[in-house]
Amino acid sequence: MSTRLQSKGRLVDTTQPMEFRFNGKRLKGYAGDTLASALLANDQMLMGRSFKYHRPRGAVASGAEEPNALVNLGQGGKFEPNQRATTTELFEGLYATSQNHWPTLEFDVGAVNAALARFLPAGFYYKMFIHPRPFWKYVYEPFIRQSAGLGKAPKERDADTYEHFYFYADVMVIGGGIAGLTAALEAGRAGARVLLVEQTAHWGGRAVVDGAEIGGKPAEDWVAETVAELAAMDNVTIRARTMGAGVYDHGFILAYERLTDHNPETSGPRHRLWRVRAKQTISATGAIERPLSFAGNDIPGVMLAGAVRDYLVNWGVSIGDRTVVVTNNDDAYRTAIALHRAGLRVPAILDARASGGGALADEARAAGIRVEAGRAIAKVKGGKRVEAVEVCLQAGEGAVLETIPCDAVAMSGGWSPVVHLWSHCGGKLLWDTELAMFRPDPARAPTGSDGLGFVAAAGTANGHLGTSAVLADAQSAGRAAAKATGAKPKTGKAPQSNDADEAPIEPVWLMPQGAGDALRMKAWLDYQNDVKVSDVQLAAREGYESVEHAKRYTTLGMATDQGKLSNINGLAVLSGALDQAIPVTGTTTFRPPYTPISMGAIGGSARDGLFQPIRKTPIYGYHVDQNADFEPVGHWRRPYTYPRSAETVHDAVNREVVNTRANIGLLDASTLGKLIVKGPDAGRFLDMMYTNMMSNLAIGKCRYGLMCSENGFLSDDGVVARIDEDTWLCHTTTGGADRIHAWMEDWLQCEWWDWKVYVANVTEQYAQVAVVGPKARKLLEKLGGMDVSKETLPFMQWADGTLGGFPVRVYRISFSGELSYEIAVPASLGRAFWDRLVADGEEFGLMPYGTECLHILRAEKGFIMIGDETDGTVIPQDLGLNWAISKKKDDYLGKRAQEREHMVDPKRWKLVGLETLDGSVIPDGAYAVAAGKNANGQRNTEGRVTSTYYSATLKRGIAMGLILNGPDRMGDVVEFPKVDGTSVKAKIVDQVFYDKAGEKQDV
Amino acid sequence: MRYNAWQIFKEAFTGQTGWKPVWRDPEPKKEYDIVLIGGGGHGLSTAYYLAKNHGLTNIAVLEKGYIGSGNIGRNTTIVRANYFLPGNSEFYSHSLKLWEGLESDLNYNVMHSQRGLINLFHSDGQRDAFVRRGNAMINQGDDAVLLDRDGVRQHLPYIDFDNVRFPVYGGLLHPRGGTARHDAVAWGYARGADQRGVDLIQNCEVTGIDISNGKVTGVQTSRGPIRAKKVAMVAAGRSGQVAAMAGMRLPIESHVLQAFVTEGLKPVIDHVVSFGMGHFYISQSDKGGLVFGGDLDFYSSYAQRGNLPMKEHVMEAAMTLMPMIGKAKVLRSWGGIMDMSPDGSPIIDRTHVDGLFVNCGWNYGGFKAVPASGWAYAHLIATGKPHDTAARYRLDRFTTGRGIMDEEGTGSQHNLH
Ligand SMILES: Cc1cc2nc3c(=O)[nH]c(=O)nc-3n(C[C@H](O)[C@H](O)[C@H](O)COP(=O)(O)OP(=O)(O)OC[C@H]3O[C@@H](n4cnc5c(N)ncnc54)[C@H](O)[C@@H]3O)c2cc1C
Repeated sequence: MSTRLQSKGRLVDTTQPMEFRFNGKRLKGYAGDTLASALLANDQMLMGRSFKYHRPRGAVASGAEEPNALVNLGQGGKFEPNQRATTTELFEGLYATSQNHWPTLEFDVGAVNAALARFLPAGFYYKMFIHPRPFWKYVYEPFIRQSAGLGKAPKERDADTYEHFYFYADVMVIGGGIAGLTAALEAGRAGARVLLVEQTAHWGGRAVVDGAEIGGKPAEDWVAETVAELAAMDNVTIRARTMGAGVYDHGFILAYERLTDHNPETSGPRHRLWRVRAKQTISATGAIERPLSFAGNDIPGVMLAGAVRDYLVNWGVSIGDRTVVVTNNDDAYRTAIALHRAGLRVPAILDARASGGGALADEARAAGIRVEAGRAIAKVKGGKRVEAVEVCLQAGEGAVLETIPCDAVAMSGGWSPVVHLWSHCGGKLLWDTELAMFRPDPARAPTGSDGLGFVAAAGTANGHLGTSAVLADAQSAGRAAAKATGAKPKTGKAPQSNDADEAPIEPVWLMPQGAGDALRMKAWLDYQNDVKVSDVQLAAREGYESVEHAKRYTTLGMATDQGKLSNINGLAVLSGALDQAIPVTGTTTFRPPYTPISMGAIGGSARDGLFQPIRKTPIYGYHVDQNADFEPVGHWRRPYTYPRSAETVHDAVNREVVNTRANIGLLDASTLGKLIVKGPDAGRFLDMMYTNMMSNLAIGKCRYGLMCSENGFLSDDGVVARIDEDTWLCHTTTGGADRIHAWMEDWLQCEWWDWKVYVANVTEQYAQVAVVGPKARKLLEKLGGMDVSKETLPFMQWADGTLGGFPVRVYRISFSGELSYEIAVPASLGRAFWDRLVADGEEFGLMPYGTECLHILRAEKGFIMIGDETDGTVIPQDLGLNWAISKKKDDYLGKRAQEREHMVDPKRWKLVGLETLDGSVIPDGAYAVAAGKNANGQRNTEGRVTSTYYSATLKRGIAMGLILNGPDRMGDVVEFPKVDGTSVKAKIVDQVFYDKAGEKQDV
Repeated sequence: MRYNAWQIFKEAFTGQTGWKPVWRDPEPKKEYDIVLIGGGGHGLSTAYYLAKNHGLTNIAVLEKGYIGSGNIGRNTTIVRANYFLPGNSEFYSHSLKLWEGLESDLNYNVMHSQRGLINLFHSDGQRDAFVRRGNAMINQGDDAVLLDRDGVRQHLPYIDFDNVRFPVYGGLLHPRGGTARHDAVAWGYARGADQRGVDLIQNCEVTGIDISNGKVTGVQTSRGPIRAKKVAMVAAGRSGQVAAMAGMRLPIESHVLQAFVTEGLKPVIDHVVSFGMGHFYISQSDKGGLVFGGDLDFYSSYAQRGNLPMKEHVMEAAMTLMPMIGKAKVLRSWGGIMDMSPDGSPIIDRTHVDGLFVNCGWNYGGFKAVPASGWAYAHLIATGKPHDTAARYRLDRFTTGRGIMDEEGTGSQHNLH
């Protein structure tokens, strides 16, 4: 059984007991525990089930590399799936349940898959379920999809908050082991601005667990002193519980701080995303131990030797009473010796190397531990817990020499440097045959814009295993990084350690070497995804030879640990199967993040209302007070209509239409884009931007203008006013303001950079109100101030002045066909001016109107709307807007395109009005069908509806549409099929339905 | 070797030793009738249909990495036929029909899953645009259903309908839209082509295109020169570089598009959901990971990795649309190089060089096109004439302006993307 020892452990605070729940059971742990150590202390080895076969799973590791011990954590809005028990710090009241089983963890029906395993080898689904087709859709696919996933998906709104944080560093050091501490210390002493992060809550990494000596003192003391020195430096920032998550181009580093995971009751954000600009980054991320591939290596109780040591030393937890150690290197002897010293039994150390180990092996033997060289595990016996191991020769095929009863196995297949962060941005690796590991190739670091490396690896992450070597390497890495940023590093030697004399590792990729099919089918590579040695060999046999093919075919390394434990073992097996050297096979790509990070953290605070925040006009508050029905328009929110008490939206719109034509309507037009174009070359510039002539517009006058892309397509429209000799004010559509501003800048900066023109977007500097309707002038006269008569201020002119004491600029322009004044006031006066109009307008029947009424009014007049009548394929000529295209100009954007043969082809879809024969409203987006079918058997079309409304003025449906040869087919009837299978017929008519002569607006 | 239940059963009892390689690993021959440059989805499907539809098998597919190392193995696997401009409409409609028969055609389960695709809309204007799209889809013989708010709620109960920023007005459901397993598509076509005699040559980078007297004669590769009567470029994100070897300057910009996957979760998102206003779309893989993406990174690059700002944007949109998603954890993110064309539509055409063909410009949407693109390209290469369903994908439209097809409706322009 696994249990807590009297010795407790270096991280556990026995004065702070804590209660937590696992699958409903109330259990006890201490502050300083991880959920995994606390569960193990309570003899809860079984923690979950694997993905494919639902095999019983216990913790195999003690850190971020853990693939098995994943739990559902928390409840409600705090619920989080797939939490690694090994990196979850225990807190009072922690609530966890195990994953991927039904009905219970101990008895899981899904485990039947394990019995069927022989029918479900790697990639079986590619070869199955092909016939018959409906079975796939209705039986197999739903079944497969139902079995997806491990943790439950969160269902409730995430109750936590997240934040982003910016940081600038000369040197960023990732990893708070002795290498990271040394590197940070060196860079800090050199005066560089340093950021040091460590993913766990504790400093010192492995060295403190292994009891190394540094500079003659225990590592524990050295670490404490070093952390204290770093903390005292003004130029150094250190953060525990902060993982270096990703390295991006140009020295952009992502770090992920878990602020309250260890104490969820604390207020404030749960996670903080650090976005760091670092001149130099040092990856001091250590190494991860590799499992050994023997049959039954996935049975709970089989654990990495280093992890066994961690649980023992850090948390005072023994994972078994009798632990067999199996290894191909000397490090695992440390585990055996530590267990022995703690009074636990180690029945045997099985060392796969024929020649055995070095000094540590002697020490183990001297302590009375049985050490067997050249031996291997043929098979682990047990179901939900290790019961015994069968011992064989490593060099053989697995003939059992002996069975050793035990309840735990500590295994070590060697150590792999954590090269993820080195690799994210293109750092390359080399295979070190002697140490049997991929390590960073210093000659091929990720490079910045200057062609020089900006990431360095240090310590174990750089392939150094001995403590002295680690310290020396980290010291020089810290100095080099500091130097590269212009700081002046100190000199002096790195502290020394008491390294034991170790015998070299001998790579073991399969145990025993000649294991047959039956054993290989039970030798796990990827514990979570259930990928075994036999699966990778099958992939190779089937020709999935590239390491990426093998990965994708078998799903090796695609689990939540992203292959931290399985990748190297897997690609070694693949290399073996292909009979090629490991570096020829190569690795799969390392991608950020290093370990998974919450979507919430990456999104930060920009969610809900802060996700693309709403832009509000100065008059917005009025619309809210009136309970307007809003509609999103670009980033704005505009009133769609203003329903009164029991009115429907539809009735409200009709009322607004009728009232505006009869009395006065008031529109908040502040969202319209307003661009000031100014300078000696402004006229010339606008002549290029617009299809019409703008340079000859007289001061004080307005002109409607069209803008096209180089391909001739209409992209925006609006009224331009000439303000003074070299100033024009260009109105754009609401959605077009930013785009057109950018478009103008594009031309000014890239093409006509020598033209003297400035463009300023003043959209938000003004509130603009349209006062529309036959009684509009009366209202303005009541306000008093400037002369707004037809004589002084005729149609298509503008004037500055005051109205009711407000400073105003009044444009006589109309998008409704009625007498209309668009009045701009400084934004700060917008609301007051609007309120004044509303109050004074009461006697004239003034009512505000929304965007839908605006649309109907313009459609009744046959005015086009960008986005309705245009879609990126329409030129102004298609819309009958030739009158707005200057014939005098040599050039404007789009002119050449519009003269091309196919653009002047009479067979284009052109704008016309459409009148349904029965007076109904044609559905939006309807197509007109023509005779015949195309290559795909589709019905041919001859046009489509672009705008369609019920006109309250005419009391019938009106529409505009683009119809093949439309203007030449007046009176023809075209047919629009509806979604319900029926169709509606409409007559082609002139698109101006109301006041064809334009008398009403020009009064 | 054909795949069926009996094979699986038999192999289960013989240690899985009887399985044969999915494709051979041949040495390149000195000469082929046709050389295809690029072993992505489109190159492989082209080879397959050249062999199957036209009986041409003296063909090599030259791939600089491993089969499927490009975008075919990096995309977010959405398959749909909801295009509306003539030219695109018939092409994607044809493609979806081919998808629906793909498994039995290839004898390989590509896990085409017609789980339905929902495009959300958040304003009247957007609704009108989607209705138009729906009408075009129905007219082209495909399916589309307009959902109101409650209709969407029945399908996607977990999204935030009353979001302060983008309240949901409704959605356009395309029931036959869905996903497929991307690698399996590459592998299935590769296996099918190989079985018909096509040589798939991996780790073979084309470094030059040989042209004499205006006619193509072969290619230079990292594994030596190979003569060919016809050469067909189909290199997606690298198209600009490859065409430059023939002295061509394509109207293509190469941009990074990222994709993301979370840790595996129990089933929660049953459809493909597209949130256009937030530039965000998502589906759940058969393994349980949430697969999602957003917009381009907006700078030209050949590095298959993306940057942080777009990641953040994508997660913001996700959190806004699906407020429960914050504690799903991002497992991995990666990038692919998109061959962006000025109007967002592809090119399948001849070139000014006799015997040299070009297929590119798939933007972010070329996965769904894999079957129809291969079909049409094979037709063009074999017969010299464009296939009816792809007749409008002409290269010269960017010179003449004729036939520009811009589904996004913003107007064709360079630097658009
Ligand atoms: C993140 C992302 C998400 C996407 N999502 C979707 C989606 O949901 N739905 C959809 O329909 N589409 C999607 N796409 C787009 C789709 O993946 C691509 O349009 C499509 O795969 C491109 O065609 P391909 O498969 O032939 O390209 P690739 O697979 O890139 O094939 C091109 C091949 O050419 C090879 N090559 C290049 N140069 C040479 C040379 N000189 N010599 C030899 N070989 C060479 C490359 O190595 C590569 O294998 C997405 C793409 C990305 C990156």
